[in-house]
This record gives sequence, structure tokens and C-alpha cells, in this order.
Amino acid sequence: MSDGLRIVDLRLDVEATGCDIVDQVSISIAKGRVLALVGESGSGKTTVGLAVLGHTRRGVSINCGKVFCGETEILNLDEGDKRKVRGRLVSYVPQDPSSSLNPALRIGLQLREVLEAHNFGGSDEARKARIKEMMAEVLLPSDDEYLERYPHQLSGGQQQRVGLAMAFACRPSVIVLDEPTTGLDVSTQEHVLKTIRQLTRDHGVAALYITHDLAVIADLADDVAVMYAGRVVEQGEVAEIFKNPAHPYTRHLVAAAPDIAGKKAIIGLAGRAQSPGKRPVGCAFAPRCELAEDACRVEFPAMVSVSVRHDAACIKAKQSSSGVGASTKSESTRKIGEPVIEVSAVSAGYSGNLVVHDVSLTIRKGECLALVGESGSGKTTVSRAIGGLHREWTGSIRLNGREMKTMARQRAVADRLAIQYVFQNPYGSLNPRRTVGDSIVRPLLIDGKSKHDARRSVLEVLDKVSLPSSYTNKYPDQLSGGERQRIAIARALVSEPEVLVCDEVTSALDVLVQAAIVDLLSDLRRQLGLAMLFVTHNLPLVRSIADEVAVMSEGRIVEVGPSESVIGNPQQQYTQSLILATPSIERSMR
Amino acid sequence: MPILKFIARRLGLGVLTIFAVSVLIFLVTQAFPSDPAQAILGRETTPEALDALRQELGLYRPAVTQFGAWFFDILQGDIGKSFVTQLPLSDYIAPRVGNSLFLMLVSAVFSIPISIAVGAFSALRRDQTFDKVSSTTSLVLAAVPEFVMGTGLILLLSTSVFQILPAITLIDAGQKPWSDISGMVLPVLTLILAVTPYVSRTMRASMIEMLESDYVEMARLKGMSERTVLLRHALPNALGPVFQVIALNLAYLAGGTVIVERLFNFPGIGSALADSVRARDLPAIQFLTLMIAGVYVLMNLLADVATVIATPRLRTSLK
Repeated sequence: MSDGLRIVDLRLDVEATGCDIVDQVSISIAKGRVLALVGESGSGKTTVGLAVLGHTRRGVSINCGKVFCGETEILNLDEGDKRKVRGRLVSYVPQDPSSSLNPALRIGLQLREVLEAHNFGGSDEARKARIKEMMAEVLLPSDDEYLERYPHQLSGGQQQRVGLAMAFACRPSVIVLDEPTTGLDVSTQEHVLKTIRQLTRDHGVAALYITHDLAVIADLADDVAVMYAGRVVEQGEVAEIFKNPAHPYTRHLVAAAPDIAGKKAIIGLAGRAQSPGKRPVGCAFAPRCELAEDACRVEFPAMVSVSVRHDAACIKAKQSSSGVGASTKSESTRKIGEPVIEVSAVSAGYSGNLVVHDVSLTIRKGECLALVGESGSGKTTVSRAIGGLHREWTGSIRLNGREMKTMARQRAVADRLAIQYVFQNPYGSLNPRRTVGDSIVRPLLIDGKSKHDARRSVLEVLDKVSLPSSYTNKYPDQLSGGERQRIAIARALVSEPEVLVCDEVTSALDVLVQAAIVDLLSDLRRQLGLAMLFVTHNLPLVRSIADEVAVMSEGRIVEVGPSESVIGNPQQQYTQSLILATPSIERSMR
Repeated sequence: MPILKFIARRLGLGVLTIFAVSVLIFLVTQAFPSDPAQAILGRETTPEALDALRQELGLYRPAVTQFGAWFFDILQGDIGKSFVTQLPLSDYIAPRVGNSLFLMLVSAVFSIPISIAVGAFSALRRDQTFDKVSSTTSLVLAAVPEFVMGTGLILLLSTSVFQILPAITLIDAGQKPWSDISGMVLPVLTLILAVTPYVSRTMRASMIEMLESDYVEMARLKGMSERTVLLRHALPNALGPVFQVIALNLAYLAGGTVIVERLFNFPGIGSALADSVRARDLPAIQFLTLMIAGVYVLMNLLADVATVIATPRLRTSLK
């Protein structure tokens, strides 16, 4: 088997400090195969991906290592020669197609310029034909009118297809795909993944697929390399890694990934990987690892072979997995009580355009209702109406039988406190100029509590979200994403709400952190008897958190019922297609 | 054509703005309880003379009528007579408008390309010597008031150090400004130095943002030549925000150059405005102020249209 891509002992540093961002990365991918590079944000996957094209971002420098694309070593080339191989021998598909296509240039031109830069095809006619061919391969129209469009006139999925067409245009032998489906809806994602699989197999391309989504890997990749804190900690064939993960970190990853067709309980892990320069000596995962012993903290463990084509960098790699992923947290039967929130016949819109039609929902005490749907389905609008954050809605929303006014500020203080909202992005929802304590205490001061009582309540809720009291004096930028989201939840809890509206609260978080937050929310619901509305586009997650699920499409609820039966045995065609389009580890491994 | 509709709509808004400005100008100069007749004649005058002048100026009419008459005359192209010389104002103002326009054009022709080039190049050489020198220089230039700069240039180039250029412009209002090129050099140079820092710093910031953008990185990863990356991908997108700053500076060059024109004795609308204020020549003050406001409105309109044309997302969303 000839190698399409071979990375040997790659190390990249922070230019200013000389600290390693990634180190000792060695990966090889045969032609026609897809290797998934998995890791959480900050683990260095994108840095590795860009280095394959000989490119580094500002402030990053290549320390040592080699990258072979076929016979050509990339890192030693001078700038002019690097330019010649980029897009020709090795190409790149970026994460966010909407920002990676130049908004001021027509897509036809952006496709043509790659071919022109590498003088592909030799003549304008040949290039024109090649563009049409590529557009057909990525299942897009190739007429002149379409090629004359600007990127913003295309949907997200179409933009990403243009990105793929661009990457495959000059028939490269290596392609780097950097989370190309993040931000796309599941059905769009399914199409894009299919296209990627087709193109890499048909053209014998070695593909490096960077992602944090394990289910996508199971669906798409042949091999997996898991990165943690800048190092590859485990490598092997996809089925091997999922069925028999050897590194404790990989085991945690697999245990934390929700699956639409498989297990229900997901298990998170506290702590986070340290950033470059702050990483511990030895195995970087040791501080979070329940199997760690003194030997782990002395030097970085060597790669050991677990089985054929399966290696892990752990001194305990060959020991059977114990503890991890085998949590036996019993699902205590929940006390489901009276309806707390009753939404009936709510329609809502923006400046006269209705986007939500006649939605009715009930959430009971101690119950979690998941509201799922693709982007634009109206799920966030419904939740904002419940929270009193949306102006234009009609119908009725009742809290404990009391009719709610349209906007939060028209509602009684007690009602306002009773419904609390947690936002999607913990980076934007906390005031960066306020300490955590100040942010949490604010609703209490509005309520007129004394300073002393308020302070005690702050410490109590910090304890509930499993953060130490020392966090009151920290500022949001000193915290990780997961910690910030805990603070946002604490701020919602401090006013002792009856209803918690969680709007995509885990979508900005890594999978281990997501599992921990889901775990926290479930505990809180059990302890405090909260009614919870969990808005998400992440179907697998629904099984892990919700009792009931309502599926929304184009502003209407198309199916509602207990989550097990809706996910396991969907009745509506829309729900069925949504579930089939969702990648699943279990389904792929069967 | 949606773009024409957009321009028409903005023109309509512009006319409204100018009307609002004209009300303001009129209120401040004529309707407030100050007495233009008193102002013209000074303190040592007789009540009879004051009364006669008020009668003549129509100051006994209601304010609304006065405003209506003034505004209506301007709409018809009659900008009135000077209080001081009793000659038609148009004869006084027209040549000065030409002079100021010429000064503005020459300054703009030099300063805009220079500042765009300096800004773009600083962004490319971010944190290197050129960037540090140009950033510091433009900060200093922006901090120095233009009369200090002008005086400094006079000291440097025409009196104390070198005596190579005339310190003032020796042309009459009637003469064409290009008849005294050497006299134009210092005022133009001063204006260039006054305008360039703002435009170049905006350009630098905008260009840095574009160079860090995903699509510029993507263009590099596609193997585009550095020239294509910069000229096709980065520069056109960087220019959008700069249009607005250029427009404001052009408007400033057209009307706000009072001090520079005074300093070099340049017979343009800036010095005309200063003279009119000193002579309390009410119709001249009113019209010149209105005209300068008009230039601001027009420049902003042009900047908005240019931004829309240069930004496909805005252009295609016009209805």
C-alpha cells in the first residue's frame, strides 16, 4: 500500500515562547483512505492540518518534522514551491465555508482561479469544462447563472460543496478537511459526507479529516488518530478504536459521545487539557486520569502496540479498561408532577413574517422536554417566547396556570424569576467586566435580597454546579468554556426558578464537557424538581437528557412523545429522515 | 435598476437633511434674539438708521416668512446680495468655490492613493520597521493642529530654513489657482499631511482584518500568488470601510479648511467664510454654511453608494 500522506515526528512551537503546540506527531494515510484526527478544541488538530500544506498561522513556527505528500516533502520547500503544491498536490477544505469564500467574488471566479494558478487543463475551455465536471461531482448546478452567484446567495451546504469542488479541482493526492460539516444541519451534513467519501475513494485521495464528532468518524473514516494536548495518544482502525479503546482519554471520549442508536447514558470528565507552555511533564492526561500513577508523570509514554495497526501512548494500554465508561449511575425514577409550563397555539414571527405556527407544548414539574429541529425550524423563537425575550407572538403561555405577558419586563418579578434562560454561547452571555460572583448575584439584588443572604446563595449555587467558592472573584476570561456554562447555569439557578430554558447550551462545548454539563443538568432536575426545556439540534443528546421530545420543522411541531419512542420508533417521515441522517457509532459498527 | 432606486432614496433623505440644516442655520443666524441690523451697523449708530435697515432687510416680518423668502430664493438660485458690498453674492462666491474645489481635488489626488498605499503596506509589514515608523508618524501628524503644521512648513520651506516656496498664495479670487503653482504647494502639502493619517490608519486596520480573514488564508492555501491574494482577495474587501473615512475627509477638505486657507491667504470658501463672519455679512455666512453642509451630505451619499456597489451582499439585497 503506497502512502498518500506521511507525517513524521512533527513539532510546531509558539514562536514567542518556544513552547510546543504539537509534538511527536506521526501519521500516515494510504491513498483512498480517510484518517480522522480527533481531539477537543485546543488539542492542535488544525495546527497539524495546516502544517500538511506547509502553512502556519501567525505566531506559530515549525520546529521539526517532515510531511510527505506522495514523494514530495512539503516543509523544506521554499515559498514559491509551496505555492505550487498547495491546491494542486495537497488541498484544504476549511471549517466555515461562509467565511472562507471571498464574499466579494463570484463562486465561478473562485473556482477558476485555482485552476488558473496551477495552469490546470492548459486552456480556458478545458478549465471551464473541468469546473462543470467538478460542480456535477459535488451535486451542484453548473450553469453560468449559478457560477455567477456570490457566496451569500448560496446555502451553507452549497457553500461547503463549492469548497469541496475547489479542493478537488486540480485532482490533488492529499486533502485536509478541517471540520467541514460543523454548523451544517444533519441532512446537509449527510450529503456532504457522502460526497467526501465518494470523491476520496474514486480519486484515490488520502484524506485527513479533522473533527471532534465521533459519530461522524464512525460513519466516514477508515482510521482514527486521537490527539490530546498536542500529541497523538492513540491510533488505529476505526472499529478497533471504538470497540477496544486503549488510552484512558479515548475511553472517556467514547463514553461521553451520545449516540442516536446506542447507549443512553453519557459520562463526562472534569478538568481540561492545559494550553501550550502549561502542560505537565509526562503524560498530559495524567491529571485527569483515574489510572494514573507516578510513572505517568515522569515522561511522555511511548507508543505501544495494542494489536495489529492499533497503537496507544499509555503505559497501561494493554490492561483491560476498568472503571471508565462503566458508570452504573442508576436512573432513579423521576417524579413527574403537575404541568408547570403550558404553551398553547403560539405563533411567532419577525416583522410580520411568521416563523412559528400554532405550537403547543406542556412541560411538567421535574420533566425535561427536548425541542429539536434543524436551524431555522423556529425552536429558538419558541423558547425565547417562553422566556419573554421575543416581542412578536400570539397565543397563550401559562406558568402554573397563570397567563404570561408577552415580554419579560411586563411580567411580575416572581414570574420572571421563575423562568430562567441559559444561552448557547457561554463566551457571549457573561459580562466580561464583572466577576463571576457579581454576575450570579445580580438577579438577587434586583429581587431586593440583603447582601449577606445574597452572598450565601451565590456560594450555594456554585456548590450546586460543582465549582469551588473561590470562583466568585474570577472573571469569565479566566474560565474554560465548560466552567463558563456552569456559571451561566448557576446564575439561572440562583433565583430558584421552576423552569430552566436551555438553548443549545452544549453546542459550543467539547464532548467530554458536554457530557459533564448534561450530567449536571440531569442531577439538578432530579434534586430541585425543575421543569426543563432543552433546545437542541443534536438528536443523539436527546436520548441522554430528555423524557419527552418535540420535533420541529418549518415552524410546526411534527411529532411529540416520549424520547425513547420518538427516537427509537419515529412515526413521522420527517423525524425518520432526520434520525437516518444522523451518524451513529453503533449503527456504523454493526 | 435597484441601485438607482437606492440612490434616489438616499438623495431624498439628503435633501431632507439639507432642509433641516437650513432651518438650523437660519435659527442661529437670523431668528434668534440677536439683531442683524445692529450687528451690521455696530454700536455707534442711530435708532433711525437701525430702523431703516431692519425695514430693508425685512426683519420685521415673522420669522417663518423670513425663512420662507430666504429658502425660496436659494431654491431659485438667487443667493442674494452681500450686506457689505451690496453686490450679488454669486459673483463673490463662485470663483472661490472653484478655487476651493481645485485645492480639494489636488490634495485628494495625492493624499488618497498615498494613504491607501501606506495603510496597506503597513498592514503587510505589521509590527515591522515600516509599520512602526508610519504608525508613529501618523499619530504625531494627527495630533498636531493643522495651523501648527502649516506654520511649521512655512518656517521650514519658505522662511527660516529653506527659502524655496512662497509663504502665501499670491492669487486673486478671479485668477485661476493653477496660475500660481508654487503658491499652491504649501497649502496642498498641509492638507495632505492633515488628511493622510486618518485614512491610512483606517486602511491599515481594515487591511489587517482582511489579511487575518479566513478567505485570505484560504486563497493562500489554494496556492494563489501573493499578488493575487493581496490585490484580488484582501484589498477590495479592505476598501469598504475606508470609503466612509475618505468621504468625511473630502468633505473636510471642501469646506472645513478655513484655517489652512487663512494661513496661506488662499482665496477659497474657507477664507470667504472667515471674512464674512468678520464683516457680519449674514447672507454670505448663511449660504456658505449651507453649501458646506451640502458637500458633507453629498460626500456621505457617495460613500454609501460606493460601499454598496463594492459589497455584493449589500448590492444584491437592494430592492
